[in-house]
Amino acid sequence: MSRWLALAHRLSGLALALFLPVHFWVLGRALELDAFLAWTEQPLVKFAEWGLVVLLALHLAGGLRVLMLEFLPWRDWAKGLAAGVAGFALAAGLAFALAL
Amino acid sequence: MSATLNVSVWRGGADGAYRDYEVPRHESQTVLDVVTHIQRALDPTLAYRYACRVGMCGSCAMTVNGAPRWTCRTHVDKVYKNRKLEIAPLRNLPVIRDLVADMREFFDKWARARGQFRGARTKADDFARVAPGSEARKLVDAAIECIGCGVCYSACDVVAAIPEYLGPAALNRAWTLAKDERDTLGVDRLRAVAGDAGCHACHTHMSCTERCPKGLSPTAGISGLKRAVAGAALRGEL
Amino acid sequence: MNPRGETYLWIAQRASAAVLGLCVLVHLATIIYAVQGGLTGAEILARTRGNAGWLAFYAIFVAAVAVHAPIGLRSVLAEWLGWRGRGRDAALVAFALILAGLGMRAVLGVYA
Ligand code: SF4
Ligand code: SF4
Ligand code: FES
Repeated sequence: MSRWLALAHRLSGLALALFLPVHFWVLGRALELDAFLAWTEQPLVKFAEWGLVVLLALHLAGGLRVLMLEFLPWRDWAKGLAAGVAGFALAAGLAFALAL
Repeated sequence: MSATLNVSVWRGGADGAYRDYEVPRHESQTVLDVVTHIQRALDPTLAYRYACRVGMCGSCAMTVNGAPRWTCRTHVDKVYKNRKLEIAPLRNLPVIRDLVADMREFFDKWARARGQFRGARTKADDFARVAPGSEARKLVDAAIECIGCGVCYSACDVVAAIPEYLGPAALNRAWTLAKDERDTLGVDRLRAVAGDAGCHACHTHMSCTERCPKGLSPTAGISGLKRAVAGAALRGEL
Repeated sequence: MNPRGETYLWIAQRASAAVLGLCVLVHLATIIYAVQGGLTGAEILARTRGNAGWLAFYAIFVAAVAVHAPIGLRSVLAEWLGWRGRGRDAALVAFALILAGLGMRAVLGVYA
């Protein structure tokens, strides 16, 4: 179980690392922002953005899990953390989907 | 309960293959019982290891239906899913033959992690008295019952990816010594377990903790080492 | 790299992670708030232009990302591609600089 979580944490991190330079590049060209934002109105792009938000939430929650395991005194709750991570990512994804 | 078990057993070295056997099923049968039956009744050339049969010696670990387990304390009922029982040597270690893995690298890493106790007293001195309720002693207690079975090492994906990674068992051992107030190795041991081949390579997967048959948590010990080593580095002692 | 250096990388990774934990929460909340009723460039800029608080927040965010992402990639490259040693570490320093450079340019772009 935790192993799949670790894989999800890694893949989301990888995807974010690849996405960031693009994200910065677009924001750096503030004047053309609207043309870009118009492009993001397409359904497929919207879906990809939703994916990014979920990835960010997933990576955040996975990272918080690691920090808790490494820095807090060891307790049995450690085994239940996985569910918390999945729950948080889902909640963030839902919130974003509803706000769109 | 059907009368026979369908069992696939790894035969040969790294380039070996599974061979199928039919083994009579019994009440309260362990996976080790199955392997023993095959060797005694069906094929005396089968190589495997065990000693105590009661979960103390740590020599009988194998890969059972894809997961590492101590076979003497694993009941067939628990693992015989979909009428399949597949038994292989431990992962992440070289195969010698059949179900016997080469444990040398596994134990060499204990030595590399400075897993030996080093004290300051001689036999002329009185016994050391360690308060059972002290924080350090409780941490050691939680980690000390390792039987060296290699199950955690076999379950760890970082061991699979980074051959020189010391692995959960050796690091867990180093942790029990780092927290032993009689031990004098101190920062030398922390140095031995630092960095990319040591505790900082661990991703906190918890596969080791989920699989350890003794219910230990190498992940907890490794986390403790990470903090101890980082502390030493920040104080300029490393 | 030696074990001491690798230990410092681990410290930097976890410290930046703690900073990012807070930043990402704020960022996610902002995103979810901001996309309501659609995004326009003017709307984004109205929020960020001349706002020193946003400038400081996003400058810290970018710096933490530039530390965090390359160290994470470092283990991925070692474990999945078997790429270790100086060449990899030099490439990652370059990646860190690119992230910091592009990131700061973006932050300044929406501020000024
Ligand atoms: S917690 Fe660390 S040692 Fe245990 S399986 Fe995961 S990476 Fe390996
Ligand atoms: S820590 Fe557990 S799984 Fe690992 S060698 Fe010791 S007893 Fe076996
Ligand atoms: S035979 Fe000793 S632990 Fe299984």
